[in-house]
Amino acid sequence: MHIVIIGLSHKTAPVEIREKLAFSPTAMEKPLRQMLDLPAVAEGLIISTCNRVELCAATKTPDAAIAALRRFLAEYHEIAPEEIEQNLYDYQGTEAISHLFRVASSLDSMVLGEPQILGQIKTSYGYAAEFKTVGLILNRFLHKAFSVAKRVRTETGIASNAVSVSFAAVELARKIFDRLDDKGVMIIGAGEMCELAAKHFVSNGISKVLVTNRTFERAEKLAEEFQGKAVPFDQFTDHLAEVDIIMTSTGAPNFILGQRQMEEVIKRRKNRPMFLIDIAVPRDIDPKINNIDNVYLYDVDDLQGVVQSNLKERKKEANKAEAIVEQEIGQFHKWLGNLEVKPTVVALRRKLEEIRQQELNKTFGNLKDLTASQRKSIEAMSGAIINKILHQPTALLKRTQDETNGEDYVDAVRALFDLPAPAEGDEEIKPLDDMEESK
Amino acid sequence: MTANVLLFKITLLIYFIATIFYLIGVISRNDKFSCNAKRLLIGGFAMHCLSIGVRWLATDITPAASLHESLSFFAWSLVFIYILFDLRYHMAMLGAFISPLALALMIFGAAVPSQAPNVNPMLDSWWFPVHVSLAFLGHAVFAIAAAAGVMYLLQERMLKSKKFSGLFYRLPSLNALDSMNYKCLTFGFPLMTMGIISGAIWANSAWGGYWRWDPKETWALITWFLYAALLHGRLTVGWRGRRAAIFAIIGFIFLLFTFFGVNLFLSGEHTFRNFTGE
Repeated sequence: MHIVIIGLSHKTAPVEIREKLAFSPTAMEKPLRQMLDLPAVAEGLIISTCNRVELCAATKTPDAAIAALRRFLAEYHEIAPEEIEQNLYDYQGTEAISHLFRVASSLDSMVLGEPQILGQIKTSYGYAAEFKTVGLILNRFLHKAFSVAKRVRTETGIASNAVSVSFAAVELARKIFDRLDDKGVMIIGAGEMCELAAKHFVSNGISKVLVTNRTFERAEKLAEEFQGKAVPFDQFTDHLAEVDIIMTSTGAPNFILGQRQMEEVIKRRKNRPMFLIDIAVPRDIDPKINNIDNVYLYDVDDLQGVVQSNLKERKKEANKAEAIVEQEIGQFHKWLGNLEVKPTVVALRRKLEEIRQQELNKTFGNLKDLTASQRKSIEAMSGAIINKILHQPTALLKRTQDETNGEDYVDAVRALFDLPAPAEGDEEIKPLDDMEESK
Repeated sequence: MTANVLLFKITLLIYFIATIFYLIGVISRNDKFSCNAKRLLIGGFAMHCLSIGVRWLATDITPAASLHESLSFFAWSLVFIYILFDLRYHMAMLGAFISPLALALMIFGAAVPSQAPNVNPMLDSWWFPVHVSLAFLGHAVFAIAAAAGVMYLLQERMLKSKKFSGLFYRLPSLNALDSMNYKCLTFGFPLMTMGIISGAIWANSAWGGYWRWDPKETWALITWFLYAALLHGRLTVGWRGRRAAIFAIIGFIFLLFTFFGVNLFLSGEHTFRNFTGE
């Protein structure tokens, strides 16, 4: 059995094409069933997000399956296959395994390390499981992909640094204050980014929120949203010393916070540090304030810079992630190979033969006065028992190997008898048929 | 080579490997290296305990009477305090700063003669181990304060200039580093104070006088005032952050001078030459 993937992503197709080929998440049953009806496809799964569409299948004939899936994707969306030819990629074998592992680990995402993709794949898998279009192979494959993604997430820092401006602000605050739960924030002016950052701060434990605005009603409204307190605009400077973080985004043409003022505030705070975020353009806070000890002032460009260096950091972590993926591919590929019938039967027979030899040696050790002919008949008898026992399972494995659930039996036999993975070239050394004929 | 010197050299080697591991860990951003470096440091510390213990049994006097012994004892105290702090406060990267310092002390210790000193019998009393233990543990705590100070200055500089290197992502937060400074002060200052007092009592029992203004005593007192000023500043005027970090670093430089400089450049009762009565 082989795994194949065809699809397109933000790397190979513009959004106009991606949206044309996307599958609606509310109606997955129809395409999944149609996909499974393709003669080359034994198991099927569709992943469709705004950044990618992937068709993943288990098949006995990978090349035929890839061709059929390419056609299916175009025809399902009523597009001529030639039209999207250059946007599609296809993978089989270890490449397909590697591709899905990388996608699930967010190594192929537009924003490296973004966490949504794993959830999206899990949802897609959920549909496929619900409509029973996945079986042994894809079940195992997807679960493996989930565990690889989890390993990548916990063992590398690929998702650890903020790549949005508002989150970067929260992380900087952590680098200054360590804990945020006993800290206060003041929001001066309104603005989407300010609100978003405030939301992040609150969800990260900030307990005290003050809001001020030239229009007091707007301040009150925003304060209510964060269960904070509104402060009249002409008095906000009196409250500066109470908070640790200040975010400004007013439309004021001049600085609303000057150096002298800030020095006063820091003195009143006994040098406890302050983090100022100036999102306004033109700026609200005099940049010279950054020179005051224990005050850290960031404007929009600074925060963008932080995001850039975080992205660089993620890229470095991605190398570690690639190494993890590489390791896991080998393991899964081996498991897939184990599902072949022939080497499994060989391994099963060898295992029983080993047991037989061990027991024979033990018995002959105890019964030293057996004659040669007696020994021979015991040997023949034990060999016959093994052959009799093996007859039914071997026949079943061979009979079902071309059916869809054939791998289930192979997998079960391997698990029941704890069979080792076949080494390279095992089949050539002792062909199964020879062993059977020798009885 | 006697057993304790062999053990000393093995310890030095382990500290050396630990430091290399820390370095690789910092440069390659691979936590596995830093993790193993810490294990090595702890293993080295066990070896170090053995080395000092064996020497103590062999010479039958607190192994802090020669420069070699003192350096080893200083390094031992440093790693010991680091392990305690790591268990209690667990601060990332601290080991990467402490390990090279311990290694430097050990290398210096290996470079000076290691034969057992003949200690003036007058000085051999129970006050000797009490005095040196308190003093060196205090030194070690202040070394951690200085390391936290260096980390603070690095981190602060990056936050102010908004240029981040890989270190930024690994160093602890400013607040954590600053409170480490304070914790060290609250442990180190009493240790140092008791070290000086026990030294005075010991001096009185050995020489019949509490304080003789020899260079080491004078410098120790200056250093003590420095730390007293920092503690006072923290508690009353709200010194913190950069200033406290710089103070902790200067304080430790004074400590090192009190320890080395006085021995190497000045003379007095505390130099090891006089100590051993040679």
